[in-house]
Amino acid sequence: MTEKKSIEDYTYEEAIAEIEEILAKMESGNVPLDQSMKNFEEGMKLVAHCEKLLNSYERRISKVMEDREGNIMEIDMEQQI
Amino acid sequence: MMQQILSVSDINKYIKGLLSYDSILSSVWVQGEISNYKRHYSGHLYFTLKDAGSSLKCVMFKTSADRLLFEPENGMRVLIRGSISVFERDGVYQLYAETIKEDGTGEMYAAFERLKGKLEKEGLFDKERKKSIPFMPRSIGVITSETGAVIRDILNVLTRRFYNINLKLYPCAVQGEGASAKIAAGVEFFNRHRLCDVIIIARGGGSIEDLWPFNEEIVARAVADSNIPVISGVGHETDFTICDFAADLRAPTPSAAAELAVPEMSEIKRSLERISERIRNIPKTNLEIKRTGLGRILASPFFKKPYSVISDGRLTVEKYAEELEEEIREDIQRCKNDISLSAARLDGLSPLKILARGYGAVRSPSGDIVGSVESIKKGDEISVSLRDGNIECTVNNVFRGDTKND
Repeated sequence: MTEKKSIEDYTYEEAIAEIEEILAKMESGNVPLDQSMKNFEEGMKLVAHCEKLLNSYERRISKVMEDREGNIMEIDMEQQI
Repeated sequence: MMQQILSVSDINKYIKGLLSYDSILSSVWVQGEISNYKRHYSGHLYFTLKDAGSSLKCVMFKTSADRLLFEPENGMRVLIRGSISVFERDGVYQLYAETIKEDGTGEMYAAFERLKGKLEKEGLFDKERKKSIPFMPRSIGVITSETGAVIRDILNVLTRRFYNINLKLYPCAVQGEGASAKIAAGVEFFNRHRLCDVIIIARGGGSIEDLWPFNEEIVARAVADSNIPVISGVGHETDFTICDFAADLRAPTPSAAAELAVPEMSEIKRSLERISERIRNIPKTNLEIKRTGLGRILASPFFKKPYSVISDGRLTVEKYAEELEEEIREDIQRCKNDISLSAARLDGLSPLKILARGYGAVRSPSGDIVGSVESIKKGDEISVSLRDGNIECTVNNVFRGDTKND
């Protein structure tokens, strides 16, 4: 944890792993009160980030192809299947 | 009427004749596995063709055998064209082989093993090469046929587990000529444009011929070279393809591949809920922990009875004071005793006591005690103190020594 990533850059798994780490530390009980409040805030931020990540997924079903020039053609196909 | 009696030769010749009229038996393809293979010194080949339930004697004459491009061997699966006829001498029918071809499926199995061995040796299937499948891919590339059950099954599974899925289908033929090149192109396409986080290559079950494109080197190499992790779900559970070996993850079926590609959203939400509950409890738990610690401190004697230190001190002081007092009392008593002892001794020495025993004290007129005759002369007025009074006397005579007669 030398080069600390900003929470916004965490993947879902990374965020969850970070939360677990915080929880493990907290639940061991040996944390000064002010540090514990910092951890709590950090944890809540990570949870919020996870929720944001989950909500950022959008359903899209499409067919992709490449035309002769190598451009991507994407055709929605939710209705076709 | 007497029944016609035939010789062995006659009956065998008769049967041979019957068979020779049969149009199927005169030119037929037979599939089977070679066993009891013998090349006679004459150049003819003798062997038995068999399958799981039956066997058939075969012979291939030198002229045909010389045209073979390979040496048949036991266990080889082959297709043989020839005719069925009776060998009269032994009374057996047999297949007179004209051409032998290695059975396509046999060839395929061999090719499969060859390619698998080669790529394995190259390290293409090594565990260290396998990329991990992303936990929750933003986008899933699927390479399979646009029509048919497979894409529908995949989409159903994905939708059930993770509704907000982004699926990109790269439609392609999954069997026949050109399918392998197209499959490989799909993998490269997804990689070139970084269109997805995971690729599923899928096809339903089929014969080894049907699944063949997935056993071709071009597919194996494209899959192994892919920077995007690949899940292979080709055929049924029992089908293994080269593509399976090259992929980062092999799924037994297309549906299973879809299962492996995404987590179950409901489970994710539940576990996030659990974890955030634990986070929310941190301040409470922590305060409780600190509070218990504080409680312990407050319950300590110092805080519980802060004056006890002082009262304890006071007790000590009082105890010392008492001891001190006691000692002083003893000292005083001791002094008193000494004094009364001394007084008694003093009392014993008192001149009054001497007087009480019948002695008298002589005083000069000036009042001094007369201890010697030297200080007295005839005619002095002296007084003698006795126990109960004084006598005023005049000295008649003075003698030195004990007796007045000396």
